[in-house]
Amino acid sequence: MTETQPHVSVRDLRKTYGDFTALDGVSFDIDPGETFALLGPNGAGKSTTIEILEGYRDRTSGTATVLGIDPQHGGLSWKARLGIVLQSSGESGNVTVQEQLSHFAKLYPHSRDVDEVIAAVGLTEKAKTRIKNLSGGQRRRVDVALGVIGRPELLFLDEPTTGFDPEARREFWELIRSLKREGTTILLTTHYLDEAAQLSDRAGVIAGGTLIDIGTIDEIGDADARTPLVRWNDQNGAHEERTHEPAGLVARLYAAAGAEPTGLEVVRPSLEDVYLDLVGAYDNSLKDNS
Amino acid sequence: MNTIALGIDRARYETKVYFRQGDTIFFTFLFPVVMLTIFSVAFSSSGNFGTNPDGTGGVDAAAFYLPGMIAAGLLLSGVQNLAVDIAVERGDGTLKRLGGTPLPVISYFIGKMGQVFATSLAQVVLLLLVSHFAFGVALPTEASKWGTFVWIYLLGITTSAVLGIALSRIPRTGKSATAVIIPIVLVLQFISGVYLSFTQLPTWLQNVASIFPLKWMAQGMRSVFLPDNFSSAEQGGSWNLGGVAIVLGIWLIVGLVAARFTFRWIRKDA
Repeated sequence: MTETQPHVSVRDLRKTYGDFTALDGVSFDIDPGETFALLGPNGAGKSTTIEILEGYRDRTSGTATVLGIDPQHGGLSWKARLGIVLQSSGESGNVTVQEQLSHFAKLYPHSRDVDEVIAAVGLTEKAKTRIKNLSGGQRRRVDVALGVIGRPELLFLDEPTTGFDPEARREFWELIRSLKREGTTILLTTHYLDEAAQLSDRAGVIAGGTLIDIGTIDEIGDADARTPLVRWNDQNGAHEERTHEPAGLVARLYAAAGAEPTGLEVVRPSLEDVYLDLVGAYDNSLKDNS
Repeated sequence: MNTIALGIDRARYETKVYFRQGDTIFFTFLFPVVMLTIFSVAFSSSGNFGTNPDGTGGVDAAAFYLPGMIAAGLLLSGVQNLAVDIAVERGDGTLKRLGGTPLPVISYFIGKMGQVFATSLAQVVLLLLVSHFAFGVALPTEASKWGTFVWIYLLGITTSAVLGIALSRIPRTGKSATAVIIPIVLVLQFISGVYLSFTQLPTWLQNVASIFPLKWMAQGMRSVFLPDNFSSAEQGGSWNLGGVAIVLGIWLIVGLVAARFTFRWIRKDA
């Protein structure tokens, strides 16, 4: 394959379990070196999608290629090019951080240096601690370390920072940025919209098994959803107005009141606001149809 | 690393983990030693077993129970250990994680087999040392007896390990693994001449037990550690080592085929 081909390509992906449709025609591409975030509520189909691409689940119909290979028939050399961070697991953890990473490093042909990876996830001081004695957030960092130890071309991160404190999440973001700089392609699912906004180049929003929007972080949602919001209070209570000219609005408010308006806010909607609008609109459309 | 080298590294890793699990150490590794100790002490005053009418040829309780406990150890270290271990690994996500790496399934199996060999060898040595030094059991001095011991040990532990891998598919969850596997292993120990003298069992039960490998492992080990006059008490009045080889060989093949065709890293779409 050539570098111009996408690392992940999904067309009309469907997955049904009996009568239940988990995925109903999802299509997207992820280019080499790109970080793509898959967003959506619990049960929307994020994990089903990612597990199909990792080779853990078989699709019902549609096509999928990952690093040029159909994940249903990916062999060991294909797996050697992937890094997989699954959702949290309950392994017994009777090995130390260092033992576990040293062992996994041997499974891959071009592994990273074990101590460097341990340092990159901030566990140098815990290197000789058994994994079962780590906190939830520390165990999750081990999961991430195991996902990157094999120097993957494509890294799957399924809710990687669940259980992290804010500082650990920021350290994790730095780690991901350094992987991006090395050219690693990343597929990320997360419930933290600020994380998706910080890390990803593009995002897809999945709800009810369909992709309801896809685009760069700045494009997601309709143009209205991006319009800045001005909030203020006066004797009639709280007000809120969407406008492309917030400074003009604030100036008019000031002129009209002859004083500083109380509770004044100018808000540029974050990815989280846009996302909530999108998913909320999707839920409402379901109610209208039923 | 190639498949074999990875397997050896897995074996090292698996063995290290094995000895860090308190419950495995007691219920699999030390269990035969504990049982041998209990039986030896409990029956120490009840005289010798298998004594001829003229008062010669008998052995004391420790010597009488040693071969059965060695055989039980083979079953525990192989079948019970691996069937529970792999079912738990399937339940807790270990296998899912490994299945996402380029680890060959064969390397994983080599690792499990290596762990079983290492731990069961330590178990047998411990049993022999305890029986000899704590209970004064006279161990065989003829090289031919030890030759028999080696092939029965190797065939027995390999068969047992392979059957453990195959049986690991049966428990539906990691949590139910011990509840599903231990009764199977326990019943086999009672009907195969480990705790109860085999020839005292009703003939139909002996015939049922003869289908399964443990009876043959125990019989083979008795041929090594008991005096030759005990052979007359066996089914058919002889040690029947040919039968031991055939039945264990068949179970080895059955186990290999079942393990090869039923093992999956995860239950896809369960």
